[in-house]
Amino acid sequence: MIDTSEAESVASATSDQADAHEIFARFTNVQKSYDGVELVVKDFNLDIRKGEFVTLLGPSGSGKTTCLMMMAGFETPTHGEILLKGEPISGLPPHKRGIGMVFQNYALFPHMTVAENLAFPLEVRHLSKAQTKEKVARALAMVRLEEFGDRRPAQLSGGQQQRVALARALVFEPELVLMDEPLGALDKNLREEMQYEIKRIHASLGVTMIYVTHDQTEALTMSDRIAVFNDGVVQQLASPDELYERPENAFVAYFIGENNRLLGEVSERVGDDCKVRLDSGDTVIAKPVAVGGVGSRTTLSLRPERVSILHGDAAEQFDNQFTATVQEVIYLGDHLRTRLSVCGNDEFILKTPNAQGFGVMRPGQQIQVGWSSADCRALDA
Amino acid sequence: MKSIIRKRVVKGTGVAVAGLSALAVAVAAHAEGQTLNIVSWGGAYSMSQERAYHEPWMEMTGDEIVNIDQSANALAGLRSQSQAGNVTWDLVDMLPADAMIACAEGLIEPLDHDELLADAPDGTPPSEDFVDGALGECFVASIVYSNIVAFNSDMFPEDAQPSTIEDVFDLENYPGQRALMRRPINNLEWALIADGVDRDDVYDMLETEEGIQRAFDKLDTIKDSVIWWEEGAQPPQLLADQEVAFASAYNGRIFDAMVSENQPFEIIWDAQVFELDGWVVPTGKLDKVRDYLYFATDTQRLADQAQYISYGPARLSSSDLVSTHAESGIEMETHMPTYEPNFATAIQKDDEFWADYLDELSQRFDAWLAQ
Amino acid sequence: MSDSAAPLTTADGVPLKVSLRRAVRRSKFKALLLVSPLLLFLMIAFVIPIFEMLSRSVANPEVVNHLPRTVAALEDWDRQDVPGEPVFEALVEDLLEGQEARNLGLLASRLNYERSGMRSAINRTARGLRTMDPPYREGVIEANARWGELDTWKIIQREARLYTPSYYLAAVDRQLSPDGQITRAPDNLQIHVNLFWRTFWMSGLITLMTLLLGYPIAFLLASLPLRHSNLLMILVLLPFWTSLLVRTTTWIAILQSQGVLNDVMVFLGVIADEARWQMIHNKIGTVVAMTHILLPFMILPLYSVMKTIPPSYMRAARSLGGKPFLSFRRVYFPLTIPGMAAGGILVFILSIGYYITPALVGGQSGRFITNYIAYHMQTSLNWGLAAAIASILLLVVVVFYMVFNRLIGVDKVKLG
Repeated sequence: MIDTSEAESVASATSDQADAHEIFARFTNVQKSYDGVELVVKDFNLDIRKGEFVTLLGPSGSGKTTCLMMMAGFETPTHGEILLKGEPISGLPPHKRGIGMVFQNYALFPHMTVAENLAFPLEVRHLSKAQTKEKVARALAMVRLEEFGDRRPAQLSGGQQQRVALARALVFEPELVLMDEPLGALDKNLREEMQYEIKRIHASLGVTMIYVTHDQTEALTMSDRIAVFNDGVVQQLASPDELYERPENAFVAYFIGENNRLLGEVSERVGDDCKVRLDSGDTVIAKPVAVGGVGSRTTLSLRPERVSILHGDAAEQFDNQFTATVQEVIYLGDHLRTRLSVCGNDEFILKTPNAQGFGVMRPGQQIQVGWSSADCRALDA
Repeated sequence: MKSIIRKRVVKGTGVAVAGLSALAVAVAAHAEGQTLNIVSWGGAYSMSQERAYHEPWMEMTGDEIVNIDQSANALAGLRSQSQAGNVTWDLVDMLPADAMIACAEGLIEPLDHDELLADAPDGTPPSEDFVDGALGECFVASIVYSNIVAFNSDMFPEDAQPSTIEDVFDLENYPGQRALMRRPINNLEWALIADGVDRDDVYDMLETEEGIQRAFDKLDTIKDSVIWWEEGAQPPQLLADQEVAFASAYNGRIFDAMVSENQPFEIIWDAQVFELDGWVVPTGKLDKVRDYLYFATDTQRLADQAQYISYGPARLSSSDLVSTHAESGIEMETHMPTYEPNFATAIQKDDEFWADYLDELSQRFDAWLAQ
Repeated sequence: MSDSAAPLTTADGVPLKVSLRRAVRRSKFKALLLVSPLLLFLMIAFVIPIFEMLSRSVANPEVVNHLPRTVAALEDWDRQDVPGEPVFEALVEDLLEGQEARNLGLLASRLNYERSGMRSAINRTARGLRTMDPPYREGVIEANARWGELDTWKIIQREARLYTPSYYLAAVDRQLSPDGQITRAPDNLQIHVNLFWRTFWMSGLITLMTLLLGYPIAFLLASLPLRHSNLLMILVLLPFWTSLLVRTTTWIAILQSQGVLNDVMVFLGVIADEARWQMIHNKIGTVVAMTHILLPFMILPLYSVMKTIPPSYMRAARSLGGKPFLSFRRVYFPLTIPGMAAGGILVFILSIGYYITPALVGGQSGRFITNYIAYHMQTSLNWGLAAAIASILLLVVVVFYMVFNRLIGVDKVKLG
């Protein structure tokens, strides 16, 4: 069964000419190999609409940064084509692409002041002194660093440097901004602050952004759409909620958010559902997403917060109910994390809100748990 | 005193006995072999000393002789060792001009030649047996060598080979680069002689400003064709490579290249500037090297050395014993600076003149070179 | 703290400051102990020799020590005419004593620097004194005419002081007239100033050459993948592991007129056999050989600086719209200035001090002032002049170093 949003994106990837004008940037069948032996990027397709915030998410070495560098012009695709506003840009050197870029370590020029850094892209475009000055001032105001124009990058904090890098990538008003793990070097609080900052600027300027990160929280927070990379291939391209709620394969389910995995094989199809016989012998009713027919292996994916503890009275709510043994309880303030042993899986996690009336469970205690078959997605093995 | 006893013995007997008794005394004095640090010039010259002096001496006494090739900087070495209070050299081969300076500074021992050195086989005392100027206050010469100009005969037609010092300054008839030693000594003398000055008047002329200017003016005429060398090994090499047509050199080096490498070199004996070279004893080392010095300066040893290098022995009594080259069998006599035809127009280097004027003329020479 | 005026103490009542000082002193002492071998070595091998050199460049003990009576007798001399018998008597006494002690040599050399002919004036006169009877004036003048010249006595009187500027003056081609005025040395004795300039401009040229050749190599080293850059680094370091003499003589073999390069050129017909290029024993030889020898000293500091410049700077500049050359000039190049300055000062100072290579391949026109230091040390034995020239070089190097430190900062000098 194919998800509707994916159907949409596949439709747009195959691109009927009607919405070509709306598509700002496009990768078609892009492949990249450095050594002629191994493909770092395998058949990458992506359409980016104007004003969209698209994130390339994946573990390191998955090919996401390479895609970004090909867009920026620092790498050339081994095969395929990259289009910008409908024009192929393979032959275009980086400085003619007019793409703003924020680098992982900011790449602020250390021998120039902040203002000089911001003026650089304007000077090379031969803007007048007055124009340059005005634009630099505006860009500094945008990132709220009006007072710091005369400082050198080394005299700024990490967050401030980050904002300067952002301002520099935007000051010459590019239509597309690329960001390569721009927040990787910041501590957690600053990172969250900057996420909102970038989001705010994106919203206010309406600029198109391609953002590379390996941090799924960052991706979920900021993006309109996320392309999940693994092994040089886009595993799923979808909006954040779509990705989280309806992962299409085991990798995405595993990579985005937390998830419990149960292994087994399909034993029976029942209408829209299927029955899966687990390796432990238990049978679970699940929603088939990416499985073959009866007898094929599958991984069941189940979010920890979708599993409930049964207190007897509400037993009828769930079509899956099992007895579990408490292994460990971790108190996390707003919620409790309980590690259970259920259906042969000792790493089964259960998240429960720290609401009133929940008794504290002890390790070794036997409890009843249950979940809805709609939340239990049968994915590829 | 041991040496006096030995002297009586030597005086009363013939050469063979002298050798034997010297051996006996030497062996007695060196019950345990000692190490002698002897400073010399290196190359073919050190080799000739090795063969003629060192090897027989080591065999006789069991001494160890260490050759140090530092004669080019011997004066500096003596001075710095003496100032540091640690003289490691036992015997030094140096030029009489340097010996004069070292002697005046008290760096080397004054020598009583008749007492320290062996008589000639016929009983002539050393003071009469050595050639003129060979015995200085602190110096005893062992060889007479010569600064000459040599040429590569392959570079000139057979019927137009150069033969005089004027030819060296004649670029028109004898084209090609010249290699001259980078110092005023010899060059100024040659320049004046090539300019027609009588060889007896050369040093008198050089004491006057006009004479010096005349010498430099003459050198100016070939300046652009000169390569200036500094190491004694360079001129034979430059000649062999045909980098130059003429090269000033020590005659022994050229001889060595001629016989051991069969190089087609010829020596212009005209206006050779001959000079002595010999031993000095650093202050405080006389007792240690007394016996060796006695041995290495006797008539036979000096004659022996001439088998290995074409430098004339400094003793008259040795001349008759000079025979053939040890390796090639060439008759040595005609290759000696002191051979009559070679010696006809020779000049003796005036050490006193150069002791006074070397500093100033060196500076002037360098300034002239830099122009 | 604010409520108590009493000084803080440790738990057992010792004032905190005292206790802290004691603890620090102990660790300081330990540190000192660790570096003491090095300090000792530096003292012996560096500080003392430099001090020795500086003092030798002005030391002038010869006349004072060896002619004490003469100097005393000259005190009431009118400087108008050759002094009278009493001075000659004193001179004879001094020379006899010196002859006895055999230490007139240094005096003779010293006075000969001021006036040629003084060496034999002293040595020969001293040797003949035994047979001389008073009155001496006539006899001594007859023995050597120098004693009958007014200037000889003026010089003796002038040099009767323990320190002299003579060596420094000689080092810059100046001299003292017998009356003590500083004058220019005659043109045909002018040598050192030209050599100083030549040493400086040729060192500058060599520095520039190493920069021009070394910059691209350092850039390659810093930007190639590790596998290739390691190989390249070995090629750069290879000369380091080869003897200086070998490298220098190799250049002789290549550049001499019967050498490899000329042979190839003749073979290719670029030049005629009789018109072979003279590339060695002149300035070209010195510049070529020294550029090669000093190249690693430029490459390594450049490389160490370039290595720290992330490639993202150039990418950033390009993505911001800078053309390749402009990006290089505005972003990369300024960031390498510390490396260029460090390599430059290193090569420049090293080449000022080189003397073996210029001596071997420089011929007459390609030699440096350092060759004259060696010459005065080893051949002419005028150590005072050698020390004066060396001190001037030292001063120049120190000045360069200070300028460098002010402009760039010496902490930027790194090798690899």
